[in-house]
Amino acid sequence: MKKLLLSKLDEWLTTLSETQRIILPIKQTDQVNFGVYAPGAEVSLETLRTVKSAKDAFFPQVENMMNFRSEGKSISVETVPLEEEDFILIGVRGCDEKSFEILDRVFLSDPFDPFYAARRKHATIVTLACSRPDENCFCTNFGVDPTNPKGDVTSWIVDGTLYLTGNTEKGEALIASLEDANDEPVAAQQNKTREILEKLPFAHLDLNGFDGDHLMEKFSSSKWADLSEACLGCGTCTFVCPTCQCYDIRDYDTGRGVQRYRCWDSCMYSDFTLMAHGTNRPTQVERFRQRFMHKLVYFPSNNDGTYSCVGCGRCLVKCPQNLNIVKVIKALGGDRNDN
Amino acid sequence: MPMNQEWKPKIVAFCCNWCSYAGADLAGSSRLSYPADVKIIRIPCSCRLNPLFILRAFQRGADGVILCGCHPGDCHYSTGNYYARRRMTALFGMLSYLGIDSRRTRVEWVSAAEGAKFAETMNDFAKTIYALGENVKLEDLRCKEN
Amino acid sequence: MQRELMERIRALMDKGVADQVLAWKRGEFFYDTEPAILTKDELGEMVYDSFCGPNLSKYLIKEMPKIENKILALIKPCDSYSLNQLITEHRIDRDKVYVIGVGCKGKIDVDKIRAKGVSGITGVDENGDKITVHTLYGDTTLDRKDVLLGKCLFCKGKEHRIADETVGESEDTSEGSDRFEMVKKLEQMTPDERFSFWRKELSKCIRCNACRNVCPACSCVKCVFDNPNTGVQNKAAANEFEENLFHIIRAYHVAGRCTDCGECSRVCPQGIPLHLLNRKFISDINELYGTYQAGECAGQRHPLIDYTQEDSEPSIVHERGNNG
Repeated sequence: MKKLLLSKLDEWLTTLSETQRIILPIKQTDQVNFGVYAPGAEVSLETLRTVKSAKDAFFPQVENMMNFRSEGKSISVETVPLEEEDFILIGVRGCDEKSFEILDRVFLSDPFDPFYAARRKHATIVTLACSRPDENCFCTNFGVDPTNPKGDVTSWIVDGTLYLTGNTEKGEALIASLEDANDEPVAAQQNKTREILEKLPFAHLDLNGFDGDHLMEKFSSSKWADLSEACLGCGTCTFVCPTCQCYDIRDYDTGRGVQRYRCWDSCMYSDFTLMAHGTNRPTQVERFRQRFMHKLVYFPSNNDGTYSCVGCGRCLVKCPQNLNIVKVIKALGGDRNDN
Repeated sequence: MPMNQEWKPKIVAFCCNWCSYAGADLAGSSRLSYPADVKIIRIPCSCRLNPLFILRAFQRGADGVILCGCHPGDCHYSTGNYYARRRMTALFGMLSYLGIDSRRTRVEWVSAAEGAKFAETMNDFAKTIYALGENVKLEDLRCKEN
Repeated sequence: MQRELMERIRALMDKGVADQVLAWKRGEFFYDTEPAILTKDELGEMVYDSFCGPNLSKYLIKEMPKIENKILALIKPCDSYSLNQLITEHRIDRDKVYVIGVGCKGKIDVDKIRAKGVSGITGVDENGDKITVHTLYGDTTLDRKDVLLGKCLFCKGKEHRIADETVGESEDTSEGSDRFEMVKKLEQMTPDERFSFWRKELSKCIRCNACRNVCPACSCVKCVFDNPNTGVQNKAAANEFEENLFHIIRAYHVAGRCTDCGECSRVCPQGIPLHLLNRKFISDINELYGTYQAGECAGQRHPLIDYTQEDSEPSIVHERGNNG
C-alpha cells in the first residue's frame, strides 16, 4: 500500500497531467462533476456523489461519429478518429465502478462499440472507497463493496491522507513513485464504514421476483399508474444514472454537409424511439415502466441476473418530484402479490 | 476561412412584405447601393418574426440580424408591428443580459417609399457589424467549418 | 396543521364536494414527499409539512379531462399565482377545482442541508427558527432560514390569490429581499463578464428538461424542442450554441406568463439559477410597460400580448447602457 498526503494531491496531479489527461471530480459553480484536470482546478474528491456519474469518461453525452461532406455532385464520408490516448480516471466510487461492468456488457458485446472500447482500453481507473455513505445509498444490494472498490488502483481517504493500492500492472505503475504505507488505518476505516452500511435504511431491499420469470407479472402490475403519477417526464434520472446507456443518433445539417453524432436519450421522453407510426409508449406510465422494467427485469434476464442499477442513489437525490427506483422496488419487489 | 481573404460580415435582414421589402426594391430601382453582405428574408409582417429565427440566423453564421417593418401605426394588419416592438425589446434585452453585444440586433421601421432610408440603414448596420467583427458568442462551430 | 387539513379534506369528501385530492404523499424519508392524487381511502398517505415544496398547480392540467365532478387541490400562496395563470390560459377549468389554500411558512430544501456538509440524514426536528437534523453521523442544528428553498427567500407574500377556503397560517419569508438584486448586479457587469457568468452556469446543463417540464407556464402539448419538424429538436445540447438556444427560448416563451414560482431553479439537478433568466424578463417588463405580476388574478392580459402606441423602441436595450 502507498500513501499521499491530500495536501500534496495537487502536486501529484500536476505531474501526472503532464503526460496524461486526468478526469476527476471538479467543482464548478457549486456543483461537482467529473471533469478534465488542469492545475488550479477545484478538485473535490470528498464529494460522495458527483451530479453526473463517471460514465461520461467512456460514454460522453454528445460525441461525433462521422461527417458527410458534399461538394458538387459527390459526397465524401469522413470518419472521426477514435480516442486512442491514455487517461486516468480518479475518484470513482464503488457504485460507479460497478456501472462500467454493466456498460461493458452493452457496448463491448455485439454490436461492438469502437468509440466506447477505445476509451475503455486507454483508461487507468483509480477508485475511491466510501467512508460516509448517505442515507439513500443502497449499492450493497447490488454486490458492490463501497469500502473496497475495484479498478486499477483502489484508494481510501483517512484523516487527510490518500492511501492507494494497485490491483493491476497498470495501476501499480501509476502509484509506484509514491511513499509506502501500512494498511492499518484503511482496515480500521473499512470496519467502521461496514457497520454504518449495515444500518442504512435501504441496506436490505427485497429484490425477489425481479427476473425474467416474473416479467409479465411485473409488467402488468396495477401499481405502475400510481408509481408514475407525479413523473414529469424529464430526463434527470436517466442523465444522472451511471448505467443508463440509451442514445440517439442524429444528423446535423451544417449547410455544407452533415455531421452525424450521438447523444444520450431518455426513455422518459415522449420522442424516445419515435417511429414512423408514432410511439409505442404513448403515456408517461409506459415510459416510466420501461425505465424500471429495463433496469430490474429485462436487463438481468438477458445478462445472467445482473441488475442494471448499482444503487448510487443519484435518482433519489435528483428527481424533482422524489420518484425513484427504491420506491419501485419496495412497491413491486419481494413476494408481494398485487393483483 | 483562408487567411488572405478579407472577413466580410454576414447580415440577415428580415423585411416585412408590405413596406421594408418594397423599400428594398425601391432602393434597388433607385440605384442606391447597400452592402451585398445583407441577405434579405421576406416575412409577411414584422410580427411574424419568431425569436427562433433570429437565433437560428446567428447559428447559421450571421454576424448581425436586423428586422425592418412598417412604421408604428402603419401596419398592414393594423397592430402587428406594435407587438413585434415589445417582443424584440424583450428578446434583445435577454441577449444583452447573456453578454451578447446588443448592437448585433436592431429593429428599424422602413416604409415602401423610403428606399433611401433602407439603403442608409443597411449601410449603417453593416458598418456597425463590420466594426464589431465576427459573431463568436452566438456561433455554432459546426456551421463555420472551412 | 396536517391533521386539521386532513380532517377538512375528509369532511369535504364526505359532503360530496369531490372524491379526489391533489396533495403530497409521504415518501421513504421525511423529506421526499411526492405529488399525488389521493382518494378518500388513500388519505392516510397524505402529508403536509415543511418539505412540500413542489408546486402542484400544473398537475391539474393532466387531470382536467378525467374530472367529472371536482377535484380538491392544495395550493400554497405562491402556487396560487400559477393556478391563476393556468386558468387565464384556459388550461384549467376553474369550475372543476375546489381550491384549498394551505398555509405556508416557507419550505425547506434538503439539498441546502446537504450542501452544508450534512449527510446521512435520517430525521429532522423543527423548533421555531432552528431545525435539528438527525443523521447517521450525529445531530446538527441549523438556522431554518438558511435552508429554505431559494424561492421562499423571495416569497410573494402570505395571501392566496385564489382559494375557495384556506387552512392554516402563512408567513412571509422574504424578509424584504429584492428579487431583482442579482438581475441588477448582472446588468451592471460588462458583456464579457455576463457572458462568462452564463457560460459557467449554462455549460453545466444536461438538458434533462426538468426546468421545462416542471414549469406551470410550459404547458405546450408539443414543445418545439421535442418536435422533429422544427429543426431545433434536440436531446442534448451538441455545443454551446444549443445550450444558449434552449435556455433563451425556454425563458422567452414564458416571458410575461412566468409567475416567478421558482420551480425551474428548484428542480435543476445542476443548480443553474434559471430563475434569473425569467426575472430579467419580469424586470424589463416592469420597467418598460409598468409593474406586472403574472397570476395575480385570473383573466389578466400580459404585457407581451399587449401594446401601447407610445412603447419604447427596441433600441432602448442599447441605450440603457452597459450593453456592450
